[in-house]
Amino acid sequence: MDKQSYSRTELMICVAARLFEDGTTTFIGTGIPMLAGMLAAKTTAPNLMPIFEFGGMGAIFDKLPTAVGGARTFHKALCASGITDTMETAQRGFIDYGFIGGAQIDPYGNLNSTTIGDHDHPKARLPGSGGGNDVGSLCWMTVAIMQHDKRRFVPQVDFITTPGYLTGPGTRESAGLPPHSGPIYVVSTLALLDFDRLPGGTCRMRLVATHPGVTVEEVIANTGFELIIPAKIAENPPPSEVELKLLREEIDPEKLYI
Amino acid sequence: MDVLESGRGELIQPPDLDAFREWNRTQKSRKLIDKLMTEKEAVSRFVFDGCYIGTELYGTVRCPMSLVREVIRQKKKDLRILGQGVLELDLWLAAGLIKKIDLTYIGLEVYGTSAAFRRAVEGGQIETCVEWSNAAITMRIKAAAMGIPFLPLRSMLGTDTLTYSSAKVVEDPFTGMKVCLVPALILDVGLMHVHRADRYGNAQVEGISGFAFEMSRACKRLIISAEEIIPTEEIRKYPDRTMIPYYLVDAVVHAPFGSHPGDMAYVHERDEPGIREWVEASKTVEGAQSYLEKYIYNLADHEQYLALVGKERLDRLVAEREKRA
Repeated sequence: MDKQSYSRTELMICVAARLFEDGTTTFIGTGIPMLAGMLAAKTTAPNLMPIFEFGGMGAIFDKLPTAVGGARTFHKALCASGITDTMETAQRGFIDYGFIGGAQIDPYGNLNSTTIGDHDHPKARLPGSGGGNDVGSLCWMTVAIMQHDKRRFVPQVDFITTPGYLTGPGTRESAGLPPHSGPIYVVSTLALLDFDRLPGGTCRMRLVATHPGVTVEEVIANTGFELIIPAKIAENPPPSEVELKLLREEIDPEKLYI
Repeated sequence: MDVLESGRGELIQPPDLDAFREWNRTQKSRKLIDKLMTEKEAVSRFVFDGCYIGTELYGTVRCPMSLVREVIRQKKKDLRILGQGVLELDLWLAAGLIKKIDLTYIGLEVYGTSAAFRRAVEGGQIETCVEWSNAAITMRIKAAAMGIPFLPLRSMLGTDTLTYSSAKVVEDPFTGMKVCLVPALILDVGLMHVHRADRYGNAQVEGISGFAFEMSRACKRLIISAEEIIPTEEIRKYPDRTMIPYYLVDAVVHAPFGSHPGDMAYVHERDEPGIREWVEASKTVEGAQSYLEKYIYNLADHEQYLALVGKERLDRLVAEREKRA
């Protein structure tokens, strides 16, 4: 399939969907993560256990949820619980992945969805944490899905709503956050990125693979901080016909996002 | 137990657990009293200027919209709110009723950021926005429901969300681990919409429970609206379904489609064009104002609201609902 026949948002959703691991418990945030989760459940992760923060657990995706508490988040679900239970479930280590979004991200994967500018006199007031902070604190692994440009990929976020690796190695743990947790991937409109998080690593963001037609230079030019650029960089496969058909005809036929 | 770090946000509603016990002893009847009343009466009796008020569930989902609209109609002002919401808080913001917010999320989900919220905060109309995560808010009302002054939590740590909250970080005396303590939140008034209730306030909720269990137990006054008013014999037949027992409740309002234009699990789907109408209208001050006039100020009550929406449209939402099976 040639690169003109799909949008960057569609590609981003497909790349994110392929990261959902079958047979895992996965917290799904509002927006793009819902499309990616639904696509994953219909393709590579049929035994995904989707968890929505207001209590939907183990839903079978029928129509795209437009609200994290809507009936679609517990359609034919295994359990319709409440927010206290989902949060406590994450807190005791039962939730593997969290897929979330944000307005800004920094090299350590800290996310901002609170304010642009000074908190008390903001240039732009954003919605706030919602469950974002909890997902980034309590799930074992988090994946951020982001538009990729210099306004969003910044050296320092204006406000750390959701913790990534804070200011570097060991800082999550010293702040009291559960050990061995944190961001593992960022899926953007340009690339797939991860973090240098092996023992002795810097915990900074690293380029893994570019999207088809996107150069490494383009990724660098659209990132407001220095990325780790390894010697070998892969290219993400384009959306398959099956993925695009599902996305356009079953998941978002009303084109709310794509 | 030393405090290692303190959020700088204002504690908007300091908890007084003994006063709450006293309140529950003296102000909440144990008798089965008929509490069925109109939304007008419920709001005028129990919601007051400057009160700390919260709504449940979430924005467009099983949200007490008919009560929310009545609060606007009665122009209750200087509200201090538990800020987790979409449409309901948006309407209050646009109507200029809110002064202080314990915030976790105010946005329009699929439709992006809230224009009404942005105007209210960026324009300085809101005195203070204290930041919290959803789990923090949950634990705050759970602490109140438990009758204890705080609960420890393992999120918020290391972030500006904590810095701009009124949480504290301490070293746990048992394990030595750092934990975030969040203060109990006792609401002056809670508004909730449920599937069924009897006239005394025994209430059943279907689908996900959201914050319902904890919040119903964390309020000094609780107003519930219900899709259906059922006989107490029905409640007694299925006591395991009672999420909210009568003694927590101060007023019961019969409100079919009470969460419109949002949805009600297994009863009706949400009214997407209805929600989009607000999303579009709220983009400007004038638009928001004319929406409030059309759907609130110009109408006497929820019955007139439903008449304006029209039976045909409501029937369609019922047909489109999530069905059990």
